[in-house]
Amino acid sequence: MAITVPRPNLNWRERMFLPAIAAGLLITLKHFKNMILRRTKVTMEYPEEKWDPNLPEHYRGAPALVRDTDGRVRCVACQLCEFICPPRAIKIIPGEISKTDRFAKVEKYPEEFDIDMVRCIFCGMCEEVCPEQAIYLRKDYAITGFTREDMMHHKDKLLEIGGVMHGVVLKWNEKK
Amino acid sequence: MDYFFIGTSLIKIVCLLGFVLGLMNYAVYAERRVSALIQDRLGPNRVGPAGLLQPIADAGKFLLKEQFTPAHVNKLYYWLAPCLAMVPPVITIAVVPFGSTLFGVPMVIADINVGILFVFAIASLGVYGIVLGGWASNSKYPFLGGVRSSSQMISYELSLGLAVIPIFLLVGNLRLTSVVQYQIDHGWLIAPFIGDWTNLGKWLLAIPMFISFLVFIIAVLAETNRLPFDLPEAEQELAGGYHTEYASMKFGLFFLGEYIAMITGSGIIVTLFFGGWHLPGIPDGSHGWIFGLINIAVFFAKVAALIFLFMWVRWTLPRFRWDQLMRLGWLFFFEIALVNIFVVAIILIYFHL
Repeated sequence: MAITVPRPNLNWRERMFLPAIAAGLLITLKHFKNMILRRTKVTMEYPEEKWDPNLPEHYRGAPALVRDTDGRVRCVACQLCEFICPPRAIKIIPGEISKTDRFAKVEKYPEEFDIDMVRCIFCGMCEEVCPEQAIYLRKDYAITGFTREDMMHHKDKLLEIGGVMHGVVLKWNEKK
Repeated sequence: MDYFFIGTSLIKIVCLLGFVLGLMNYAVYAERRVSALIQDRLGPNRVGPAGLLQPIADAGKFLLKEQFTPAHVNKLYYWLAPCLAMVPPVITIAVVPFGSTLFGVPMVIADINVGILFVFAIASLGVYGIVLGGWASNSKYPFLGGVRSSSQMISYELSLGLAVIPIFLLVGNLRLTSVVQYQIDHGWLIAPFIGDWTNLGKWLLAIPMFISFLVFIIAVLAETNRLPFDLPEAEQELAGGYHTEYASMKFGLFFLGEYIAMITGSGIIVTLFFGGWHLPGIPDGSHGWIFGLINIAVFFAKVAALIFLFMWVRWTLPRFRWDQLMRLGWLFFFEIALVNIFVVAIILIYFHL
């Protein structure tokens, strides 16, 4: 069935379209003027202005390993994050802590801890699953590199991003 | 042989061509910035200070891209079309007086006594570039673009020609420098009453002159394929129209030809309606070379203002439908321009202007 779209009945002034064209031109001129006078807020000009100071607390950037206040790597190489990681970006090779060490009862430490940032999807599951609160998603988001190897975050790089985490849990402290 | 004439003419040609080509590049930049500002964006602002080197980057990109010729095209006409689109608007500038005099040399390359006829004759050749480009591409969208372009240009050439006849009824001469001289003596044709406020005839004359201006500027928009009349290259319907099959500098010539046509069209509108290089209170070049330079600057400032108007219109109005375009051209502008001639003639006879 054909549908007849009702056309509006225009009077002669509307049919000349000139007032409508003039009104349209004035609207665009108003936008032009407001842009020239910088009254319109436009996009953030990225490399000069950045999100960094305005990032929310819950922002999920690059995952990183943290040290505790004793300078010890918190990770105990339990490999839960390796298992939970949806894109399988994390690879851990555990090592044994010698009996004579101050933290001997921790038993394991990550000999190697690699996160492939080509694969990482910034989901934050590693942070959620970590029983030691050793891996955190930090606010770094501009992760770039020229090769695949550049995009591989090794243990030292992860610790450099992570830094030292104060408080929260201190379960391997001898005095507790 | 008049070596002085040949020498000065060559210098004028080189300087004007260089200046107009530069202006064209910056018209493209201005188009992008103006469109961005109208749409609440920023536009190109990365290359150089405030993006001012963007035209150089664009030109470099055009030149470095591969000169690709599709296998199914008519090679000769395919290569010829972009040149034909670029050349006519460049030639047309020759008769436009872009300044008064500089060191006693008149600032117009060819001051011929058929000025406006020359403009129409050469400008109407511009359609060949587009039609050939559309036809030689041997593909359906360019073909439709070429067909649209030819019918559109022929339709609007009529109102273009008829809209300027009132001016030459007043001036009595087709030479463009005489048109400018007439406007210096009798006031700009867009507002002939200025300086002669009590003359009723001049007030009445302003009405048909404004109509004439309106018809002429709309016809120029249609001739240069600018929105709202860019049906030959309608991106949404024809995938780019007549230049769909073109790439690199060949597309660049089509693209830049449109901007040159815009500059030329603005130059002619300025000459016919806005007093050319004349600004009240500023003497011509015979009073010193500094005034000659100011006159040239005034002319190009007016051209720039009109180019801004073209861009403003482009980013405000939507495109016409094909039947609307034809209806507008044949049933309204043609008649309005025709009646306008008689109105001006009657005013002329009645008031002895």
